Amino acid sequence: MAHVTGAYPPTRGRRVREVAFRTLSAVALLFVIGPSIWLITDVVVRAVPHWRWDVLTTVPLGTGGGLENAVLGTLVIMVGVLVIAGTVGVLSGIHFAELARPRRSGRAGGAALRTATEVLSGFPSIVLGYVGYVALCVGLHWGFSLLPALIVLSLMVTPYIAKSTESALRQVPTSYREGADALGMSTGYALRKVVIRSALPGIVTGLLIALAIAVGETAPLLYTAGITNTLPSASLIHQPIAYLTYYVWTDYNQPIKSTQYLSFDAALILVVLVLVLLVVSRLLVNRTQRHAEGWR
Amino acid sequence: MGDETASHVATSSPAATPTRRAFRARRVGAFVRGSEEGLWRWSARVASLVPLAGLAFVLTVLIVKAWPAIKVNGPGFLTRTDWVPGSTYANPVVTNGVAHPVGSSYGAWPLIAGTLQTSVIALIVALPISIGTAFALTERLPSWLAKPLSFFVEILAGIPSVIIGLWGVLTLGPFLAAHVYPLVANHVPNVPVLRYFRGPTGYGEGLLTSGLVLGLMIVPIIASTTRDLFLQVPPLPKEGAEALGMTEAEVARRVTIPWVRSGIIGATVLGLGRALGETIAVAMISGSVLGTISPNIFGTMTTVAATIVSQLDSAATDGTGFAIATLAEAGLVLAVISVIVNVAARVIVTNSSRHVAPVGRG
Repeated sequence: MAHVTGAYPPTRGRRVREVAFRTLSAVALLFVIGPSIWLITDVVVRAVPHWRWDVLTTVPLGTGGGLENAVLGTLVIMVGVLVIAGTVGVLSGIHFAELARPRRSGRAGGAALRTATEVLSGFPSIVLGYVGYVALCVGLHWGFSLLPALIVLSLMVTPYIAKSTESALRQVPTSYREGADALGMSTGYALRKVVIRSALPGIVTGLLIALAIAVGETAPLLYTAGITNTLPSASLIHQPIAYLTYYVWTDYNQPIKSTQYLSFDAALILVVLVLVLLVVSRLLVNRTQRHAEGWR
Repeated sequence: MGDETASHVATSSPAATPTRRAFRARRVGAFVRGSEEGLWRWSARVASLVPLAGLAFVLTVLIVKAWPAIKVNGPGFLTRTDWVPGSTYANPVVTNGVAHPVGSSYGAWPLIAGTLQTSVIALIVALPISIGTAFALTERLPSWLAKPLSFFVEILAGIPSVIIGLWGVLTLGPFLAAHVYPLVANHVPNVPVLRYFRGPTGYGEGLLTSGLVLGLMIVPIIASTTRDLFLQVPPLPKEGAEALGMTEAEVARRVTIPWVRSGIIGATVLGLGRALGETIAVAMISGSVLGTISPNIFGTMTTVAATIVSQLDSAATDGTGFAIATLAEAGLVLAVISVIVNVAARVIVTNSSRHVAPVGRG
């Protein structure tokens, strides 16, 4: 666009407004990029000087120790969310994009379900955590444990996965479906072999971003997963499970330095984990574009 | 699994004649393929019911749990300003058939006000920054720079809120309190509205820091959506406007932004929803002071979400369960606010959707 409007406009007021507009948009960008870089450097600077690799291989002990329990717990929670929310979210995305019958008015079907999904995606996570605590941990006597944490987190990220799956499926060109039809494939077979396969990078991208959200959550986990200094056990209920965000949240303002360092270490591990998830998802986006139509 | 496949073979093709059905039964591969659609259809339908069922479950639990508190606290819950758990050592008293500790009195107005104040500050900060950022990324910067920067903005959306809270409370807050807030507080004139920006500036924990950090958290949401929307504006109207002699600023104001206005509003309300519900970062940065509304913009305060997370531990020690019930009522208030915001966003977006450029093919 810029090449067309090479010359500045003749009147002074318009020239001033134009310069102000350009400057302000550059300043706005700086106000986003600046604090973000500051934030990430801050995490690195706080953690790296005291970093010990045995943080990953020891459990918290008194005022020191490591975070092995939390790292493993976070991974267990990730896998659980991937299984529960991944299955439910991808399937409901398929429902919205492919299978829900359009209404007679020609608008997309499943309006009530869609509204529920959107309301849930904007629902305050602490309220979900509270309900998990009173209904599952206390009400069903599960105690602080993995299963209520997984249910609450899955409820939180399912709408996101459903939405990203739906939009990934909608980017699959119609000609692919028509081609499958012309070859005599049944709808279900075509869905599995053609449509989902070509939308797969987009679906996986959504899953990875949902995992990044789940990894970074604190509020819904505090009163569902509880906390423990031991490594994750195989039991779904009655056994609390550790996770990284807990240590960031509780240890940063402890009086003893070595405890504070655990908080900063946990923050660093979290940032690295989230960045890896997001970068991988970004690399996948480039693969999505191979199949998409009308994508820029 | 096997049962399900068998039971749907008939429904998947109602027009099948007996001969065709026999033919199909002989060919196992075709049998599996024919019923596969039914399997997909049913599992997908069940899965798509989960969010609705989950939402109904959450709201039911909240209302059932909050009911005793609603009966005792009454409508004054929304306007009172005190937050007194009462004595858990004395025998509980009974009001309206609900047992609660002696002297307990709960009012959520400071929490509601704090939630709204921080969210409004966040919006005021985030909206212009987001639009400016989106504009810089789509129209001003060369694509070799705009692409990595756009990704960077998206990354910011994925940074865990507890880490943003950590940075806010340990680094940003103290920095602002030492170098920025005193400048503002000492130089703003002492006139009615601006007086709010005067007075003690504290140590960096409080309303303004929380609002600014929330703003930073919702910028990526609004900015990346706005950027995508700007990219969807077709070039012809913009080029036409430029051919008429409009400057870039005028094109943005008269063509680009109006073209995607409803999308921007939708993204903004999405960000607002996030700001209203944000818990951990605010719990770390706000100072978590119950029962008061900050007299100026720098003061400590708390929000509904932050109160639930910081009070649930001690509420569990209330033997009558009344404190827990009150937190459910607070959660219900927050849920109602955020549902209203979400529904409003949907209404705004659908009502003005004729202005939106066609998005995708769906």
